[in-house]
Amino acid sequence: MATINEIQDQIIDDFNLFDEWDEKYAYIIDLGKKLQGIDPKYKIEENIIKGCQSLVWMTSNYQDGIVHYQGESDAIIVKGLVALLLKVLSDQPAEDIAKSDMYFIDKIGMQQHLSMTRSNGLASMVKQMKMHALAYQSTQA
Amino acid sequence: MTNAINTDLFNLDGTLNIERIREDFPILYQEVNGKPLVYFDNAATTQKPLQVVEALTAYYLNDNANIHRGIHTLAERATAGFEATRDAVKTFINANEREEIIFTRGTTEGINLVAATWGATNLKEGDEIVLSAMEHHSNMVPWHMLAQRTKAVVKILPMNDAGELLTEAFDTIITPKTKLVSCVHVSNTLGSINPVKELIAKAHAVGAVAMIDGAQAVSHLDIDVQDLNADFYAFSAHKLYGPTGVGVLYGKRALLEAMPPYQGGGEMISDVSYESCTYNELPYKFEAGTPNIADVVAFKAAIDYVHSIGKPTIRAYEHELLDYAVSKLKDIEGIRLIGTAKNKVSVQSFVFSDIHHQDLAIILDKEGVAIRTGHHCTQPLMGRLGLTGTSRASFAFYNTKEEIDQFIAAIYKAIKLFR
Repeated sequence: MATINEIQDQIIDDFNLFDEWDEKYAYIIDLGKKLQGIDPKYKIEENIIKGCQSLVWMTSNYQDGIVHYQGESDAIIVKGLVALLLKVLSDQPAEDIAKSDMYFIDKIGMQQHLSMTRSNGLASMVKQMKMHALAYQSTQA
Repeated sequence: MTNAINTDLFNLDGTLNIERIREDFPILYQEVNGKPLVYFDNAATTQKPLQVVEALTAYYLNDNANIHRGIHTLAERATAGFEATRDAVKTFINANEREEIIFTRGTTEGINLVAATWGATNLKEGDEIVLSAMEHHSNMVPWHMLAQRTKAVVKILPMNDAGELLTEAFDTIITPKTKLVSCVHVSNTLGSINPVKELIAKAHAVGAVAMIDGAQAVSHLDIDVQDLNADFYAFSAHKLYGPTGVGVLYGKRALLEAMPPYQGGGEMISDVSYESCTYNELPYKFEAGTPNIADVVAFKAAIDYVHSIGKPTIRAYEHELLDYAVSKLKDIEGIRLIGTAKNKVSVQSFVFSDIHHQDLAIILDKEGVAIRTGHHCTQPLMGRLGLTGTSRASFAFYNTKEEIDQFIAAIYKAIKLFR
C-alpha cells in the first residue's frame, strides 16, 4: 500500500502531463463521474458538509487502524475533488491521516478550491476527514 | 449643474459610446485566467466609475473631518459634501423633503430599521405582514424576526411560473388585518419588475403601511417615491455604481416623526442629561454615530454619473443586451430560463437539468466570465420554483454584445466538458 505522500506525488506527476486547465478539469470531471458515491443510507443530514452552492456528504468507517471514507457531492467538479481526496486519504492509517499535509492540492493548481467563499471547500473537507481519523485514534488509545 | 447629460458619452447618432463609457471603469480592462474579464454580476454589485473613486480620494485628501459639529473649515466642507448627497438623493427619487432621506449602511439596514422601530411600535399579535414570493432574505428575515417578537403573521403574495406577481390575489391576501406590505420592486433572482404602485394602493386601501425594497430597481428604473406613494423605500449605493457601505432609507415625514430612534449615540440627540435625553430632529434622529461620510460624499458622483447618461437611455441599452443574451441562451440545448416576466430588467437566471450551477460557474470563471450562482439569498423562491439554485447573468450599461458572445462561448465550452 502506497503511503499518503507517495499517492500525492503520483497525482502531482499525473497532473504535470496536462498542459491546459481544461484538460485538468476534464480529468477531475471524469473522476467525479466515475466515483461510486456514497451509500444512500449515509446520505443523511449529519454527514453533510454544507456549502453555499453545493452539498458534500462524507462518511467513514474504521477497521484495524485503517480509515475507509466514502464521499459524494451533487456538483461534479466537487465530486471529482472528493474522489482525489479519497484516493489520497482513504484506506490509510488513522495516525497518518491525522498528521498528513495535503500539499498536492496546491501543486496541481487546485488551491482556488481550498476555501474560496465556500464552506465546503477542500479545506473543510480535509479538516472533516482528519477529525474522523482523530476520533478513531482516540477510541484506539 | 452636474445632472446634465454628458454628450461626451454618446455617439453622434445619439447611441451610447460604450467604448468611451468603459474608459470610466478601468476595472473592466483586466484579464482573468488569461481571458478578458466579462463582468455579468452587476445585480450583486456594480462597478464604480473613476468619478466615484476620485471623489472618494479627493474627500480624504482635502476635506476629511467629522460632520455637523465642528466649527472649522474642513468640518464645514465635509458637512456640505455629506448633505449635498442627501439633496442629490432627494432629487433622484423625487422625495418631498430632504429630511425624509436617511443614510444607512445599505438596503438591509434600512429594512431592519423600519422593522425595529415602526414595526415594534405598530404591530401586535394577530396583525399581518404581507411579503411577496420573490423576496430577498433581507426583506424576509427582519419581518420574520418581528413576527416572532410580536406574534404577528407573515403572509405571502403568490406569483406565476414566469415570476410575475398574481395581482388578482392582492385582494384576498391584503385584508384589514394587514398592517404592513413590504415588497421587492425588482427581483434580484428573476429580474421581474413588480407592480408596486398598484400594490401600495391596495395596502393603503386597508390602512396598511407599504415598504419597497428598491435594491435592484434604482440602477434601472426611474424612481419617484411620491408617484408610487411608498411609505418607505430602501436601496443601496453599491448597486447604483456608488461605494459599498452606504444605503438610503426614504420614509414619509409623518411616519419617521412618529417612530422611535433605531440606535442611540452621538448625532441623534438634542439634549442629554444623566437622567434622560431628547432626540434630534429628522433625519439625524436615525443617524446615530459618525456616519460613513466619505462614501456618502462619493455616492453623489455615482448619482451624477447615472444622470449624465440618463436612465431611459440606460434602460434601452440594457434591454438590447438582455434580448441579445436571451436569444443566444434559448438556443442552448437543455437550458431552462428562469424569470421570464414580460416586464423585467437586464437580469437572466437559467438552469441546466444535467449541469450543476456551481460547476458552470467554475468553468465560466476559467473563461474570464463572472456570473452569480446559487440561491441568490432567495431560498423561499427557490423552493417555490423547485430549484436549489440558478446561474444568473446581470447586465449593466458598460457591458457589450461581444462580452455576451464570450459568455455564450464559455457556456458551450462548459457543456463540452460536462456532457
